Amino acid sequence: MPERASRDSAASGPANTCDPAGIQSAPVFDIKRYAISDGPGIRMTIFLKGCPLSCRWCHNPEGISPAIQKMYTESKCIGCGECVDHCPEQACELTDEGITTDGKLCTACGLCAQVCPARASEMSGHYETVAELMKVIENERPFFDQSGGGVTFSGGEPLLYPEFLCAALDACGKLRIHRTVDTSGLVSEGKLLEVATRTDLFLYDLKLMDSKRHEQWTGAGNRRILKNLQALAATGAEIQLRIPLIKGVNTDEANIGATAVFIAALPGPEKTIRLLPYHDVAGSKAAKLGQRHDRGSMTEPAEADLERIVTQFASHGLIAAVGG
Amino acid sequence: MVNVNSKTSEPQRKADTEGNFYPRASSAIGPGMNARIQRLRKQSVETEPSLSIERALHETRFYKENDGRFSAPVMRAKNFLEHCRQKTIYLGEDELIVGERGPCPRSVPTFPELTCHSVQDFEILDSREQQRYTISEKDIAIYAEEVIPYWQGRTIRERIFNHVPDAWLAAYEAGLFTEFMEQRAAGHTALDGQIYHHGMLDFKRQIRAEIEALDYLNDPQATDRFEQLSAMDISCDAVIVFAARHAELAEQLAKKERDPQRVEELRKIAEVCRWVPANKPRNFHEAIQMYWFVHLGTITELNGWDAMNPGHFDQHLAPFYEAEKAAGTLTREQARELLSCFWIKVNNHPAPPKVGITARESGTYNDFTNINIGGITPEGRDGVSEVSYIMLEVIEELHILQPGSSVHISAKTPERFVHAACKVIRQGHGYPSVFNPDVYVAELLRQGKSLKDAREGGCSGCIEVGAFGKEAFLLTGYLNVPKILEITLNNGIDPVTGKRAGIETGDPRQFETFEQLYGAFLEQLNFIVDTKIRVSNYIDRMFAKYAPAPFLSVLIKDCISKGRDYYAGGPRYNTNYIQCTGLATTTDSLSVLKKHVFDERKFSMDRVLDAVAGNFEGEEFLRQTVLNKTPFFGNNDDRADEIALRVYDDLLKAIDGKPNVRGGTFHLNMLSTTCHVYFGKVMGATPNGRLAGKSISDGTSPSHGADVHGPSMVMQSLSKLDHTMSGGTLLNLRFLPSLLKRDEDVTKLGHLIRSYFTLGGHHVQFNIVDTATLKAAQNCPEDYKDLMVRMAGYSDYFNDMNADLQQEVIERTENQAF
Repeated sequence: MPERASRDSAASGPANTCDPAGIQSAPVFDIKRYAISDGPGIRMTIFLKGCPLSCRWCHNPEGISPAIQKMYTESKCIGCGECVDHCPEQACELTDEGITTDGKLCTACGLCAQVCPARASEMSGHYETVAELMKVIENERPFFDQSGGGVTFSGGEPLLYPEFLCAALDACGKLRIHRTVDTSGLVSEGKLLEVATRTDLFLYDLKLMDSKRHEQWTGAGNRRILKNLQALAATGAEIQLRIPLIKGVNTDEANIGATAVFIAALPGPEKTIRLLPYHDVAGSKAAKLGQRHDRGSMTEPAEADLERIVTQFASHGLIAAVGG
Repeated sequence: MVNVNSKTSEPQRKADTEGNFYPRASSAIGPGMNARIQRLRKQSVETEPSLSIERALHETRFYKENDGRFSAPVMRAKNFLEHCRQKTIYLGEDELIVGERGPCPRSVPTFPELTCHSVQDFEILDSREQQRYTISEKDIAIYAEEVIPYWQGRTIRERIFNHVPDAWLAAYEAGLFTEFMEQRAAGHTALDGQIYHHGMLDFKRQIRAEIEALDYLNDPQATDRFEQLSAMDISCDAVIVFAARHAELAEQLAKKERDPQRVEELRKIAEVCRWVPANKPRNFHEAIQMYWFVHLGTITELNGWDAMNPGHFDQHLAPFYEAEKAAGTLTREQARELLSCFWIKVNNHPAPPKVGITARESGTYNDFTNINIGGITPEGRDGVSEVSYIMLEVIEELHILQPGSSVHISAKTPERFVHAACKVIRQGHGYPSVFNPDVYVAELLRQGKSLKDAREGGCSGCIEVGAFGKEAFLLTGYLNVPKILEITLNNGIDPVTGKRAGIETGDPRQFETFEQLYGAFLEQLNFIVDTKIRVSNYIDRMFAKYAPAPFLSVLIKDCISKGRDYYAGGPRYNTNYIQCTGLATTTDSLSVLKKHVFDERKFSMDRVLDAVAGNFEGEEFLRQTVLNKTPFFGNNDDRADEIALRVYDDLLKAIDGKPNVRGGTFHLNMLSTTCHVYFGKVMGATPNGRLAGKSISDGTSPSHGADVHGPSMVMQSLSKLDHTMSGGTLLNLRFLPSLLKRDEDVTKLGHLIRSYFTLGGHHVQFNIVDTATLKAAQNCPEDYKDLMVRMAGYSDYFNDMNADLQQEVIERTENQAF
């Protein structure tokens, strides 16, 4: 069984600016149990809503906006018109293609989801306090205890809610539950280092090494992401680097080579590298949000691509494994 | 002698369609089958099951000649001895472990003394598409002439149906419960280790000593005991004769054989069969053959449900294996080969087919022998040995229907064993299933077993537990709990037929509170359970009087010392189980009524009952609301789980501790096998949104698709039930193969199992298969001949299952990779 939390933030004392009495709620858009790919053991992964990036391949497009959003699944709709009758803004309309919602009128009050009998209309995201969340987490403890697992905060970008995150991590630390934070890295360095004192493992995404291309595909440059990674590594934090592999975006030799060089030069303990091949599943979720998903030139990498990439990492003395 | 082949006929199924020679998975834990095992396996899976009338003919002739000459037990024993003297003996090429119940592999005798097949039954069995049993027209004609006329009016089944009260018949016909013992003898018997320390000659000495000690002066039962003990004595001779005839055949074959290696093997077989079962086994080979002769004896004597079971076979064999390994007389590979031969022998024995409509209740060739692997020893130590690992390799490689296998994971079980077992589970054959000895030992202790006897207990067939070698734990039949709610909602009338099926408990449309409704349900439940128990007690006495089992009585402790039959309270412990199905369907339906009708008053009782009566036609809004806006069992939601607990506790109160006629008591167990599918067929829609005719939930798993938060939440919900109060609970989980790709995923599956067991879970089993594969198998059965899935307590070929069963598996919640 893996070692338990090596650093207990609650015990080491808080020297931070996170205010435990401050904002202690954050929008959660999903909680996954028996998560087996987000860190050691059996985990519970908590997805916080809102992300500074908007990657074109994003699997969870509902995690990008921090706002509570309506999601609509046409195949579930029975056309009963309950939502039309109940919408205080008269934003819902029953058409041949099911329900349409006028985004200009909708205030995301959630009444439509409340009255919908079929879960065709659902609200993505609800505010959860640390205390409420801890009840949910504690319930799962038998599974953590048996497997050396714990909690993974993911998103979106969990560091968008540093006070909430720090308070939740501290509470987990007190219960000796293993803590993992999955971050895009596009956050303030100060907050990241504060979070690091109460985190046992980071899952850190590296998408593209060329800042221009990074901006083109994710909506932001990568300068701060890379700098933060170096700063985090310098603290000796345990880090697993996660590289989404999207053919047509970042699987080329040049990018993989540059990634490998960068990782090899990072300070601190050896990093594990996980390669996450792209699967085109974003489309259906985008449709539920009323968005269009254009996969454009993005394709799933072939087995041969994966082999080549693993070899390329190996030539830099790095072991990269496929899969979370 | 009737026309019986001593050799198997041409294969009726092609080799490549049954999963023969399937490519060995690169992740397999063992080295693969050798050529002998491949040939034996091929024969076993390719030979279509057939019916043999030989036993019935021997029996009928014996009964005709001897009617009235002996007491019932002596009659049974002499009949058994005569059959063992006359029956066709089979010894196939390649075989190392020998003996068949019928005249050849995959041939099943009939048991007309219990239930006599009609000509029409045989014609259906011979021609039906699934679970076919072939029989020649000539044999049917002989049966019609010699067997059927004699047994008419004499079978146990007729005796039962002549005496049952109207209330029982009405409930039975409505599908409120089934009755196990109207077609077969009670089984679910498993042995302890005594046959590895005592041969039949030793048992005979014990029996003689008991006879000599009979006290005719003071013991009014002495005469009965004498008859019972004499019968046991004769039955020991029967199996010795049966074995000796195999020794003779092996010697004859050795004289004709030209291959020197085979000559040596045949001589060895002869030597083994001359020694066991008369004497206690001296080595690994003899130990397996000892059990196999004993197994055949019990399933020839009567057709007990769930065949027969060696119990903790790895623990029994380990001392022989270790001694021979140390002495250098046995290699690991030889042990593996002998175990494979044994496994194939069990697969050669399909279940005896039933008669009439009940074939629908449990459609499978599986006769439910379940090999318990791992677990703890009677002394409370870890029971895993090298033999346990060899057995895991055998079950993975052979990939056959029978025997079923289960791994037993206590807190003491090493991680290596759990990991190896999970790797086999990953192959997706549906076995082994997984049991928690730490909980079932507590279950058995609560039922009053001694600690040592409880630790030697385990699972006999599906999920039910008993004290191996010391208990007759009879499964009496399934209880359709959702149907009890259904008739409650119709004031005792079965809405499917319009006939009265229970008592009047009030018009539910007039109920004003949930408590009123629940009270009516409870009243109905108690009435139905008592109705069933009355007939159960009656049937138990019928078996004790007319179909005693002297040979089985030799094997189960205290029958000899008490001088009483297995069916008459002879064993140390005597339990009757009632298996309750559909806990989740009942819970979810009550939850719907509680929330929407009584608490929130969103829908009136009239509207819900009308919608249910109309199978929700035109009521999609209501149906979607109940499906999506009701707390359902399996989500760790106390609002639903509290109802489940209440129903479970009330089932316990209705059943647990009621006296049976064998000096023991009734207990509850939450097994469904495939009966939840049959029970669903006889039901209209239910308030939880389930449509008419669809399967109800199984033992204790959530309703299909009702669990939406993954396996950990399902386990949390189930663990709120106190499993130690039951004699077994059932949890089915279906995983996508993608959830078990990597080695670390397999480790995490082991951790998931251990977590559930820490929470107090009794049993869990997995299907590792995706919906797409199941649907493809439905569309192109010929491409998926070897697809095996876990039903409920056992595995079956997907293609051998009828459409209803297939649909039930498809609708189970699929847990996917996150």
